[in-house]
Amino acid sequence: MINSNDIKNGSKLTPSKANFFAAFQKDHSGKERSSKICQNIEESIKRSGLKDGMTISFHHAFRGGDKVLNIVMDVIAKMGFKDLTLASSSLASVHDPLIEHIKNGVVTQIYTSGLRSKLGEAISNGLMEKPVQIHSHGGRVHLVKSGELNIDVAFIGVPIIDRFGNATGYKGRSKCGSLGYAMTDARYAKYVIAISESLEDYPSFPASITQDQVDAIVLVDEVGDPGKIGEGATRMTSNPKELLLARRAAKVIVNSGLFKNGYSLQTGTGGASLATTIFLSEKMEEENITASFGLGGITGTMVYMLKRGQIKTLLDVQSFDEFAAKSLGENPNHIEISANQYANPSSKGSAIKQLDVVVLSALEIDVDFNVNVLTGSKGILRGASGGHCDTAAEAKLSIIVAPLTRGRIPTIVERVNTIITPGNTVDVVVTDQGVAVNPKNIQLKQRLKKAGITVVEIEDLYAKAIRICGKPKPIKYSDKVVATIRYRDGSILDVVKALA
Amino acid sequence: MKLRRSMLFVPGSNTSMVCNAFVYRPDTVMFDLEDSVAIEEKDSARLMVYHALQHFTYEDIETAVRVNPLHSIYGLLDLEAVIRAGVDIIRLPKTDTVEDVLQMQEVIEKIEFKIGTDKRTKLLAAIESAQGVVNAVDIARCSDRLMGIALGAEDFVRDLHTQRTKAGSELMVARAQILLAARAAKIHAFDSVFSDVRDKEGFVKEANYIKDLGFDGKSLINPNQISVLHKIFAPSGDDVEWALDVIEASDNAKEKGLGVVSIDGKMVDAPVIARAQWTLELAKASGMLGGDE
Amino acid sequence: MNKIKKRAYAGTLESSDAFIEIEPIEEDEIRIELQSSVEEMYGDDIRDLIAKVIKEMDISYISVRVQDKGALDYVIKARLQAAILRANDDKKIKWDKL
Repeated sequence: MINSNDIKNGSKLTPSKANFFAAFQKDHSGKERSSKICQNIEESIKRSGLKDGMTISFHHAFRGGDKVLNIVMDVIAKMGFKDLTLASSSLASVHDPLIEHIKNGVVTQIYTSGLRSKLGEAISNGLMEKPVQIHSHGGRVHLVKSGELNIDVAFIGVPIIDRFGNATGYKGRSKCGSLGYAMTDARYAKYVIAISESLEDYPSFPASITQDQVDAIVLVDEVGDPGKIGEGATRMTSNPKELLLARRAAKVIVNSGLFKNGYSLQTGTGGASLATTIFLSEKMEEENITASFGLGGITGTMVYMLKRGQIKTLLDVQSFDEFAAKSLGENPNHIEISANQYANPSSKGSAIKQLDVVVLSALEIDVDFNVNVLTGSKGILRGASGGHCDTAAEAKLSIIVAPLTRGRIPTIVERVNTIITPGNTVDVVVTDQGVAVNPKNIQLKQRLKKAGITVVEIEDLYAKAIRICGKPKPIKYSDKVVATIRYRDGSILDVVKALA
Repeated sequence: MKLRRSMLFVPGSNTSMVCNAFVYRPDTVMFDLEDSVAIEEKDSARLMVYHALQHFTYEDIETAVRVNPLHSIYGLLDLEAVIRAGVDIIRLPKTDTVEDVLQMQEVIEKIEFKIGTDKRTKLLAAIESAQGVVNAVDIARCSDRLMGIALGAEDFVRDLHTQRTKAGSELMVARAQILLAARAAKIHAFDSVFSDVRDKEGFVKEANYIKDLGFDGKSLINPNQISVLHKIFAPSGDDVEWALDVIEASDNAKEKGLGVVSIDGKMVDAPVIARAQWTLELAKASGMLGGDE
Repeated sequence: MNKIKKRAYAGTLESSDAFIEIEPIEEDEIRIELQSSVEEMYGDDIRDLIAKVIKEMDISYISVRVQDKGALDYVIKARLQAAILRANDDKKIKWDKL
C-alpha cells in the first residue's frame, strides 16, 4: 500500500481514493443500479441539462416516417425552452410542425441538409430571422468537427436498444437500416439521449450506437412509421422518359473508360437512377464485370446486385428501403459506415475518395454545369443538398441525369436559382435530348461520341429547352437571406433569398 | 432508302404523348385521329395534331397521321388539317381495295393543289381485312404515293373469325401476303402492334420473327419498345464488317476506274453494294460506327 | 369583331394540358382569367398568347377561363381554337386563321 508521501511534491497526480476511503460500498441487495433509462422524454431532457440557446440534434434515417423529432420538439416547447439551434441531418415533409416551434421562438436557428413542403415554403417566405444553414452530408460532419456546430444534446431515434445504450437500425418494427448519420452525433454530442420503441436484453451487439456514447435512454410508443420509412424508393419505373435517361446514363458509364472489373458505383433513389442501376447490372452480366463496392444511400437494387455477386461490398450510410435495411443485418458484406467515413472532406478517409462513378439527379443545371437540388422553379426551398456536392467533387466521374424539361419547366437553365454543386465538379449531364460533357473532359467527350452517344453542347440543350418552354420570367426575390448554402468545406457557396 | 423500323402510335387526344413523342426518336411518329380518339374529341385532337406537326420538335422527324375514313364526317377535315400542317405520310385506315387508295389520293391531290404546296404527301395503306389481304398485291402497286403497306392485326383477326395468339399462327398468311406484295412493289412492309406492353419477352420474340420474315419495321404503342426494336434490327458485327469490306472494295474500284468490283477475286454486283450501304446506314442508326442512337 | 354564339369548352385537367372555357359577354372586350401551374414564369406570356389567338380569329365580346397545367403554347392554342370552333359550331374552318 502506498503512502501519500510516496507521491512526489508538485505532481498533479492524485492518489486513488478507493483504498483511502471506504467509498465503494457495493450493493448486494438486488436493487437496480442507477439506470440510464428515463421515465419519459421530459426526464431525459432535465438530466441533459439543456438550457435556452443550446444546440440540439436529430438524424434523418427514418426519412418521411420519422416520429422522434416531432414528439421531442413538442416536449421541449412545453418545457418552455427558447432560442434553440436545431441541427437535424435533414428534414422531411413530416417535420412541418416545426413551423409552430419557430413562430413561438423555441427554435431560432436551423442547420439541415434539406427543407421541403410547408416548412420550406414558410422559410422561403421569411419565417426565420437567422438564415437556415444548408450543408451537405459530408459538410455536416466537418461543421461538427470544426466546432461551428457544437451539439449540446443529441436525440437519436433507434428501432431497438438495450438498457445500456447499444442500438442498431436493421432490426425491429421501425427498422431503418444504417444509422450512419446518427453515429456522428453519438460521437460528438456532449449529451446523448437515445430514443427507442423496443428494449433488447443487455448486451445487444453488434451495435451501431454503443453504450459508451449514450447518456440516457427513453422508450416511446413508436419512433417511426414503417410504411413511410422506405416509401417509394425502390419501385422500378415504367415511365419511358426515365427509362430512356437511365439507358443513356448506363451507356455513358459503360463507355467512360471506368467500366472495368473492380470499379465502384453510387446511385441514388428516384426512377431514372434506380433504372440506371438495373441497366448497368445487365451490362455487367453481359461483360462479366463485377464492382468492388457500391456506396451511399443503398437501395434494394444494389442489394440484389450484392446477392448475385455483381457487387462485392456495400458501404451503407443510409438504407433507402426495407430491402437495404434488412440486408444490412443479414449480409456480412453489407457494411454500415458513418457520415464521417462516407463523405466528410476533412475525414482521414471518406469512401467517396475511392469512388469511381456517381449518378446524381438535379432540379436545375445551368450552362456552367452548376447544379441545384434545393430550390424549385418558383425559388422555394423544396429539396436537399444531401451527398450531391460531396460525391460530385470526389468521384472520378460524376453524372447528372435529368429530363431537359419537366412539363413546361426547363431543367437546363441559364443560371441555377441556387448552387449546391459547383459546375467544375460535374463531368457529364445526361438528358433525354442529348448528353453534354463538361468542356474540361476532352477525352471523355471523344470516347462517348465514338460510342454512338448523342453528345451536344450544354448551350444547345439550354437553347432547346427555352425554345420548347419559352424564356421564363425571373423569380422576384427580396433582399432578405433565408438560407445560406455551405459548401462541404464550410465556406459559403450561395444564398437563398426570400420571395418578394 | 429511309429506315422505318419503328412507327410510334400517338393518340391525338393524349396531350402529354403528343408533346413528348419526339423525344424517343422513333423512325416515324404516327399521330392517330381514328380509333384511339373518342367521337367528342375528334375536333380537338385534330387541332392538337395540326399544331404539333408544325412545331419545331417534329421538324426533323418523319410524321404520319392515321386519319378517319373518308366516308365519315371527320375524314376530309382531318386531311385538310394535316396536309396544311405538312405531314409526311397519311395512313389510310382499313384499306380493302385499290379504289380506297385512289380515292384518298384524289382528295389529297385536290387539297395539295388548293393550298399550293409542292410537297407530295405519301400514303401508307393499312390492311385490316381478309379482302384487303387478298387485294394486297394490287393495292401495293396502285399508287406511286404509297411508301408502304401495314398489317392491322386486331381488326383482321376479327374479320377472320379468330383471335390473336402468342404463337401468331392466325397472322401467318396475312404477314406473308403483305410482305410479298410490298416487296414485289418495292415499298415498305410494316407489322402490326404488339399490344401487351408488359410482356417484354413476347415482344422480343415477335419482333425477331417479323424481322426474320423480312418486314422493314413495326408499329409500336409504347415508347419503351423503340430501343428494344432498334436493337433487334441492328446488324451484327460480322454483317457490319462485311459491309465495310464491300464498300471499301467498291470505293477502290471506283478510284482505279475499274468497272467491276471484286473481293478476294469474287465479283460483287450492284444489289450487293446497295445492300452493304443499307447495312451501314442501319448500323449508324443503331448507334454503331459512331452514329447517334 | 365577332361574338361567339354560345358557351363552350375544350381540353383536360391533366398535366401538360389546359382546360379552357369560353362564353359570350356583352362588352366589347377579351376577358381572361388564368390559373396556371407556371404563373410566375409564364403567366404573362400565356395571357398574351390567348389574346393573340382570339384576335386572329376576329373574336371579341368573350370571356375566357383557363386552368393551365403547364401546357406548351401550341397546346393552349389548340385547346382555345377548339373551344371557339365549338362555340360557333363552325363547319367551314378558316385554316389560315388557326
